[in-house]
Amino acid sequence: MVGNITRRSFLAASGIAVAFSLTRPALAQLAGGGEGGPGPAVVAPGLPGSLKSWPYLDAWIQLDNAGKATVFSGKAELGQGIKTALLQVAAEELDLPPRDVTLVTVDTLRTPDEGLTAGSHSMQDGGTAIRNAAANVRMLLLRQAAIVLNTDVDSLITTGAGTIVSNDGKTIGYGQIAGSLTLHVQAIADAPLRSKPQFRTMGHNLPRVDIPAKTTGGAAFIHDMRLPGMLHARVLRGPSEGTRLSLPSADEIEAMPGVFKYVRNGDFAAILAEREWDAIKAMRTLQSAPYELTRAPFPHGSVDETLKALPWRDIVILDTDAVVANPVKSVAQKYSRHWISHGSIGPSCAIAWLNDDLLTIWTHSQGTFDVRRVASELLGRPIEKIRAIHAEGAGCYGQNGADDVAAEAAMLAMAVPGRPVRLQWMREQEFGWEPLGPGMVTEVDAAIDSNSRIVRWNYGVWSNPHNNRPVGAGGVLIGNEVQPPFQPPEGKPIPMPEGDGSRNSNPLYALPNMHVVYHFIKDMPIRVSALRSLGAHLNVFSIESTFDELALAGGIDPLDLRLNHMEDERARNVMQTAAANFGWRKRQKTKPLQGFGMAFARYKNLGAYCAICMEITVERDTGLITVQRVQAATDCGEIVSPNGVQNQVEGAIIQSLSWCVHEAAMNDGTIRTTFDWSAYPILRFIEVPRKIDVTVVEQPGQPFLGVAECGQGPTSAALANALADATGVRFTHMPLTPDKVRAAIVTF
Amino acid sequence: MRLTKRHLWTGIGGLGVLGVGLAVAAWIVYEPEIPKVPRPDPRMFSSETIKRGEQLATAGDCIVCHTADNGPAFAGSRPLATPFGVLYSNNITPDEQTGIGNWSAAAFRRAVKFGVGRDGTHLYPALPYEHFIRVKDDDLDAIYAFLMTREAVSKIAPPNELLPGLGIRQSLAGWKLLFLHDSREVVDEARSTEWNRGKYLVDGLAHCGACHTPRNLLGGEEWGREFGGGVAEGWNAPPLDKSNPSAARWDVETLVKYLSTGTDTAHSTAAGPMGPVTEGLSRLNKADVHAIAVYIDSVMHPDRTGSPVVNAEPEGVDDKATGSEAAALFQGACAGCHDPASPMAVRGRPPLSGTSDLNSNDPRNAVQAVLQGIKAPVGSNAPYMPSFADNLTDRQIADLLDYARTRFTQNQPWAELERTVHGIRKENQQ
Amino acid sequence: MTLSIVVNGKDHEVASDPDTPLLYVLRDELELNGAKYGCGLGQCGACTVHIENKAVFSCLTPVGAIGDRWVRTLEGLGSIDSPSILQKAFQDEQAAQCGYCIAGMIMRAQALLEKNPKPTDDEIREHMQPNLCRCGTHSRILRAIRRASDVMSKEG
Repeated sequence: MVGNITRRSFLAASGIAVAFSLTRPALAQLAGGGEGGPGPAVVAPGLPGSLKSWPYLDAWIQLDNAGKATVFSGKAELGQGIKTALLQVAAEELDLPPRDVTLVTVDTLRTPDEGLTAGSHSMQDGGTAIRNAAANVRMLLLRQAAIVLNTDVDSLITTGAGTIVSNDGKTIGYGQIAGSLTLHVQAIADAPLRSKPQFRTMGHNLPRVDIPAKTTGGAAFIHDMRLPGMLHARVLRGPSEGTRLSLPSADEIEAMPGVFKYVRNGDFAAILAEREWDAIKAMRTLQSAPYELTRAPFPHGSVDETLKALPWRDIVILDTDAVVANPVKSVAQKYSRHWISHGSIGPSCAIAWLNDDLLTIWTHSQGTFDVRRVASELLGRPIEKIRAIHAEGAGCYGQNGADDVAAEAAMLAMAVPGRPVRLQWMREQEFGWEPLGPGMVTEVDAAIDSNSRIVRWNYGVWSNPHNNRPVGAGGVLIGNEVQPPFQPPEGKPIPMPEGDGSRNSNPLYALPNMHVVYHFIKDMPIRVSALRSLGAHLNVFSIESTFDELALAGGIDPLDLRLNHMEDERARNVMQTAAANFGWRKRQKTKPLQGFGMAFARYKNLGAYCAICMEITVERDTGLITVQRVQAATDCGEIVSPNGVQNQVEGAIIQSLSWCVHEAAMNDGTIRTTFDWSAYPILRFIEVPRKIDVTVVEQPGQPFLGVAECGQGPTSAALANALADATGVRFTHMPLTPDKVRAAIVTF
Repeated sequence: MRLTKRHLWTGIGGLGVLGVGLAVAAWIVYEPEIPKVPRPDPRMFSSETIKRGEQLATAGDCIVCHTADNGPAFAGSRPLATPFGVLYSNNITPDEQTGIGNWSAAAFRRAVKFGVGRDGTHLYPALPYEHFIRVKDDDLDAIYAFLMTREAVSKIAPPNELLPGLGIRQSLAGWKLLFLHDSREVVDEARSTEWNRGKYLVDGLAHCGACHTPRNLLGGEEWGREFGGGVAEGWNAPPLDKSNPSAARWDVETLVKYLSTGTDTAHSTAAGPMGPVTEGLSRLNKADVHAIAVYIDSVMHPDRTGSPVVNAEPEGVDDKATGSEAAALFQGACAGCHDPASPMAVRGRPPLSGTSDLNSNDPRNAVQAVLQGIKAPVGSNAPYMPSFADNLTDRQIADLLDYARTRFTQNQPWAELERTVHGIRKENQQ
Repeated sequence: MTLSIVVNGKDHEVASDPDTPLLYVLRDELELNGAKYGCGLGQCGACTVHIENKAVFSCLTPVGAIGDRWVRTLEGLGSIDSPSILQKAFQDEQAAQCGYCIAGMIMRAQALLEKNPKPTDDEIREHMQPNLCRCGTHSRILRAIRRASDVMSKEG
């Protein structure tokens, strides 16, 4: 929670400050989906979720004398509703009303380190940990109540109101037992979980706890934080990565109206002001100075040309061979996606405060613990003297400028001890400097036999690393700018099964011959890092587009081709559910340039399942696509918040449509040329589908699967398939802009 | 008074003259109906013809007037504000009930060249037939092929909202007598093929003069003042002849850039009704755009000998010179985009110093840009400017424009600016 | 130099310079959270407030230009304990993901409903076009506006 926080209130919040030492990372745990560093060490491999790393219950849950619970999560609210969902999970297993549970999100001083909030792992790892921890606590409460009430534990039940009753009418509140119960015990792996028929909170739609403030002007974002004596900062940079501003002398700058202080270290420069507008005006004046280019020209040809001109190494993803019938029809295609921007509506922001030898950084980074590590290395400051707290930003969808801004704010705070520093990037700085989602290319060569069975599947994907999340100072801009600079780490691929550029390059379909190679390109000509779904966006686009081409070649329904090759029951189920709810089998063209398309993927082949059916019409003379209706079906295992799942998938659909149709971050060889919303248009209201429906498949008792990224790939693929159906033209290189579509179809 | 024989003969004579006059008028007004034909099968047109027609229709910009805002292409119903009232464009999709699906090629040619509908009714010169009369028949047939292969959309335009008395279509016959001249294409042998092609397109399909030539009280283009500048939908269409105040900074290359992208650094972004024109021309083949530019360039620079002073940016006076209140307004409302070192300026978007609108003697376009903003088509990455009508008063807009003109140009201040802003704001609200 | 402006029905003495965009005055001086910085260029609508019941970009409105025209922000529509019909509709539809755009969306929608209480779906879309949402909450926003319109029509 943010607000007008005083120093006293945030330190006093919970009473017990548990210190977590930084253990050396041992195994590649793939917390956070393999992004960022290796994640917290595994100390209790038999426990579920993040309990593996933090097995003590009091790291997760504390009870007070009133019977209210505080739950600590190492995950962050990014707008995906996780804070509410985790609260539901905790409330359910503790069997408390949600209003009696407070959830604290990631704070290096108070919560476990669960690695990044990324990779759709929050429910899988964090939700699972909290669920089991809470179940453990409930179990302990019942045992303790049995002792206090001098009765058999099996005769006791929790009531959901924070009390425990025995079958002979004795009752006791959690608060009465909390004092005599120690939670500094390790969880056990099989504490009994509540089941669906018992659910009071999980599986129901609990209104999100953050929405009331967001709809009425309450302090809800990091941007809303106002601390006593706070200074406003703006960084001084050239217009784009790859530029350096020539700045006047420090004296000249400090003499500018409103400038409180000028901070310079190597190429990093920023100004501080008492008033935010003064900082902006000074920044504008200083940005009028000439800039020089600091690196080799950006490539600005096609994605294919750019990537194939760079050296790569091959990583074999799949290599299976089987005896098959002869191929009779084949499809060979190349697909691509451009570099795209995260496009956060609120540019990145951070607040840092050096007070009494503790440096506190508020950040909306997905890697709050990493923010602390980065600051420690950047500033040469012992890590115990730094605290990082997550506070909500605008949707980030991966690594936007958040980590850079957090490190910059930390540096600036050191220059003005005692005064909080609020740094926000401007819109053009976010577009110009944030890491982009990598451009990628795929090549597919597939064939079917006379029974429309797929007998050949050769697939190659070219991509930069997607995982450049800063774990040290070299990973943030300021780290490369200070003197002496920290070197940017070498880009490395994330190994399968998570993958990065290779994510979802391995079809879930049971194909007898699969040769899938990841052409990993280490050299990054343009600054890139993780963007929602990583390589899955293009890989699913490629696989699902090719499936439709094969279906066309074989003369069979695209749904049947998929079902014929899919053994996974849950996958079959989502496809059939989406198809049934859409009316896929009954689809009929009644207008010209009307098309239907479908697509499916299981995110990472480990995560949530998602199938999409779509109906569109296309206007020949403008190339504008109207998405008439979208029907999605999602299987995410045990459902915590049905509405929350729908919200995420609806959002993924609209965002993926925008990526597919409009988005390409451009440059002219010297600087990035997409710098504002006019130069980088995204989907607006007029183009939003007329109707979207998301069916959430019930899977009670199944492990949680995160849904945040499951819709990105299937939506773009379904659109391309619907377009092919509507126009007879197969579009393969995103973005499929109106001009591109029009040029292909206007005169037939 | 007694009726004398003289009265009688005068009366009969008068009636006779009237009768003849009416007969002549009827003969002028009357146009026969051309019978309906079955809707042509799209497959009967060759794909080369359709492609050719698509390009010609693009040059003619048919889609702009014949499509409502976010409405189906070519289905009409777009309002066109004229000094005579509001006209709604017709549906020119091949729909049989509400479009031109049952029109023969001959009917189509007659409509476009002579402003007569299939059933003989006269069409308002919102359809610029005084230009289209110059289009060759086989070009019109190609456009016909293109239109007949569009999607048929059922849509009826709302009734026109003309000033009283102007709803009589027959009077258009008189208008045409005055202003519609049968002009065959004249090839100037002394000029290049490209120049002649440009002239053919500009005078005909592209109908530039329809906006860029002044019109008389009857709404016809003023004879002898071709390309002298006009007004369209509340925006000035600057002169394209040598009286253009920015003539020194235009040449073929900048014209091509401007026409095909909507922006040129030395000028500013196509705004108001010119926006859709350049959006359309962005789809026209390079050769034709170049030809248009060559012709317009020759009209603008009939005596040009040396090279154009293309990159000359008028030096403005030093910044923040005029009145601190106006400077404050500019800093808070405009500088984010229009400061000379703004992110947009760094990317080569036109600076205010070069903007034709700010340099013009008439502030109308600058006022409209501030009041209406500049729209970009859906999903396009063309420059966009928000509207300031709702957050700034007339006085503030006047102060801002005055400031910008003084700071960024070397021209004399505009007079009576606040009154102008007020008047144009009222115009826009009608 | 002090200016005086009326925001949400209250008079405020403002210490900011007259060239300061209203956005920063609202956020930094008056400590109102609704209007947000999204672009500062009039392209995203996150800063949308009302000036005399017209939706405007507060990032492009210098505070010195306000004069005695009244300003209304999200906070002026209702409170967390007593939300307006439209605010409640957004809550009931759970029309937010990250929520950063939502204050601007509500202000923009409010201006529409005050002028046209029963807009068609197309009219709503067209009216909301200047406001951006990156999370893809559009269909919920449209539903919330429709919901509020229905409630407001019933109330007469």
